[in-house]
Amino acid sequence: MRNTITKSALLATGLLLSVQSLAEPTAEALGYTCAGCHGTNGASTGNAIPSLAGLSEGYLINAMNEYRDDGRLSQIMGRIAKGYTDDQIESMATFFAAQPVHSNINQQFDDAKARKGEKLHKKYCESCHTAGGTDPEDDAGLLSGNAVLFMKYTLADFHDGSRSMPKRMNKMMKKALKKDSNALDNLTNYYGSAK
Amino acid sequence: MSKQNRRSFIKTLGLGTAAATAATYTPFAIGGATKKVVVVGGGMGGAVAAKYIRMMDKSVEVTLIEANKDYYTCFTSNEVLSGKRTLADIKFGYNGLKDHGINVVIDKATGIDADRKKVSTASGRSFAYDRCIVAPGVDFRYEKTPGYNENLANTSLPHAWKAGPQTQMLRDQLTDMKDGGVVAICPPPNPFRCPPGPYERASQIALYLKHNKPKSKIIILDPKPSFSKMGLFTGGWQRHYGYKTDNSMIEWHGTPKGSDDNVISDVDAKTKTVITGFNEVKADVLNIIPAQKAGKIAHVAGLTNDKGWCPVHGDTFESTIHKNIHVIGDAAIASPLPKSGYAANSEGKTVAAAIVALLNGKSAPDPTYVNTCYSVIAPGDGISVAMVYAFKGGKIVKVKGSGGLTPGKFDTKLREREQYYGYSWFDNITNDTFG
Ligand SMILES: Cc1cc2nc3c(=O)[nH]c(=O)nc-3n(C[C@H](O)[C@H](O)[C@H](O)COP(=O)(O)OP(=O)(O)OC[C@H]3O[C@@H](n4cnc5c(N)ncnc54)[C@H](O)[C@@H]3O)c2cc1C
Ligand code: HEC
Ligand code: HEC
Repeated sequence: MRNTITKSALLATGLLLSVQSLAEPTAEALGYTCAGCHGTNGASTGNAIPSLAGLSEGYLINAMNEYRDDGRLSQIMGRIAKGYTDDQIESMATFFAAQPVHSNINQQFDDAKARKGEKLHKKYCESCHTAGGTDPEDDAGLLSGNAVLFMKYTLADFHDGSRSMPKRMNKMMKKALKKDSNALDNLTNYYGSAK
Repeated sequence: MSKQNRRSFIKTLGLGTAAATAATYTPFAIGGATKKVVVVGGGMGGAVAAKYIRMMDKSVEVTLIEANKDYYTCFTSNEVLSGKRTLADIKFGYNGLKDHGINVVIDKATGIDADRKKVSTASGRSFAYDRCIVAPGVDFRYEKTPGYNENLANTSLPHAWKAGPQTQMLRDQLTDMKDGGVVAICPPPNPFRCPPGPYERASQIALYLKHNKPKSKIIILDPKPSFSKMGLFTGGWQRHYGYKTDNSMIEWHGTPKGSDDNVISDVDAKTKTVITGFNEVKADVLNIIPAQKAGKIAHVAGLTNDKGWCPVHGDTFESTIHKNIHVIGDAAIASPLPKSGYAANSEGKTVAAAIVALLNGKSAPDPTYVNTCYSVIAPGDGISVAMVYAFKGGKIVKVKGSGGLTPGKFDTKLREREQYYGYSWFDNITNDTFG
């Protein structure tokens, strides 16, 4: 089994083709197989399947591990993630992290709700999800401009415990809901309103 | 993983990340000549292969020869039958591929000379290649269904197993049909394009009939003892279409192994009557999906075996018969990969990487494959089958533990999500192919 250091060294010295001698599909080859669902290089043009382009490595690796261990509710990713080794997941993570963040600007949303959602986001979420949740450096997924239905499903899953969230996020989520019982819907519309 | 850990992980891999984007090959030409790839067939396999070759190596000259100026996706064409979509919604053109610098030629390939490495076309042109990709999809074995033929398919009994005008014809026949009419669907024997397709079709037609012609019936006469995603489909039919009750909108009649119960023995096109070993059904709308084989050009080029499909190496999809010709998509024997659009997409990318490497004097990288097929049984009831594949011991194999079906237990929330995920899949795979 190759290790990360060897691989990084190979990549860094431009000997990318040599990765094949390690008898593993390349990062591109692995990443390309996801594109049928997630879009070319992970830039989703659909309104339900999320984008992978630009996701931080840590976020993607953690998500794949959770799917693989059935630790995160999913409709299909559990079945997909079980097909890959740790090394392969790391390799895909480097591929997607190197892609520019993609914003899906053609989604339907309610303008009034989106404006309410934006205020909620600024107050309760922006501290960890900066720039509307579009900065991969936050290591917390991608929000604004991501597939709007995925945002809706994900917020619902956080809310009913199907997906676990960081303690401090939970606290802020509760505060947001206390302030506005329609917070989840309004936030969803905000994330779907990217132009 | 804690946030801190993740951050440091990113730092250590930072260098690798930057290099990973530069995975394109630098221009390289043996003897100074441009490397030429000719792709025959601009469907799900061929179009994506052409595009990804250009994404990986801009120095390769890619010509795509496609018979039609517009492509209609087979997948989701069943939703044209229910009226959820129109034919225009599943129509795609080739301008996106031209923008990738692909030389798109609308013409029919009529011959491939494997010795001289040349593809000839109906309009009399000839295209030289270093490597050729053949992705013509399927052709039909009309002769296996007595009383049925290509002319009937184009005029009164559309199989609609290639999307396009026949899809519209079938839709029009359904809208013209009286309430209380009978729709007969006759699926093909294995192997065929899109194993869940006929049953998704029955579901989508049932959806239309339920809301518009509720006294009508769908009778499926199947030459097989079982079918793809059978439990999920029949479960959905029970939920939505009264399956297994006296009032069922869908009847499925299978054929036990060794019997000919629902194998077609004759078709009377005038009365739309189909006769099988055990049944005789007079239909108002008759949809025969004929037995299949690799697309015609694959036969003409001598790429097929005695069963009518193209044997290939599972890692490069290079033909085992002719060197420098790669066959992908439905035409290839890629089992355990099914004949699906997603599999063709995966194969297209594998072949693109292999060809770019080989043209640059390298050996082909290790392949990896994914397949998924989504079907919508009724609004709010989407299902799927998925699998990850690897290449081991000279063969394509399923990765143990991966894949499988949507859970059988009905969950309102998840089945609704699956429908919308299926629609996103459609958006993304078509954009990945033609965008
Ligand atoms: C009803 C139905 C539902 C389906 N649903 C799904 C689904 O949900 N998911 C899924 O993954 N798959 C699905 N499929 C299967 C999918 O459509 C095929 O597996 C896929 O299109 C195969 O790709 P291909 O490139 O082999 O062939 P095609 O996509 O058929 O492309 C072949 C192309 O080659 C061209 N061609 C042929 N001969 C020549 C020649 N001599 N010269 C020039 N051009 C030529 C044709 O015009 C065509 O454009 C479905 C199929 C059907 C019929
Ligand atoms: C058949 C379609 C399909 C394929 C193929 C697929 N995915 Fe997914 N992916 C989904 C869907 C749908 C979701 C939403 C979760 C769910 O319900 O499964 C998702 C979610 C994800 C997420 C979570 C994103 C987030 O922001 O939290 C990651 C990460 C992911 N997929 C990675 C991958 C990788 C890597 C591959 C390729 C190996 C891949 N996926 C292949 C459909 C797919
Ligand atoms: C204390 C920091 C913090 C706060 C505050 C916070 N989040 Fe998060 N959020 C995170 C982290 C960390 C993750 C990644 C969790 C994981 O990897 O599963 C995350 C993940 C998410 C995701 C999933 C992204 C994806 O791609 O799947 C959504 C959606 C989300 N947060 C929404 C919100 C909303 C809405 C708020 C405000 C009400 C909020 N968060 C506040 C830290 C925070």
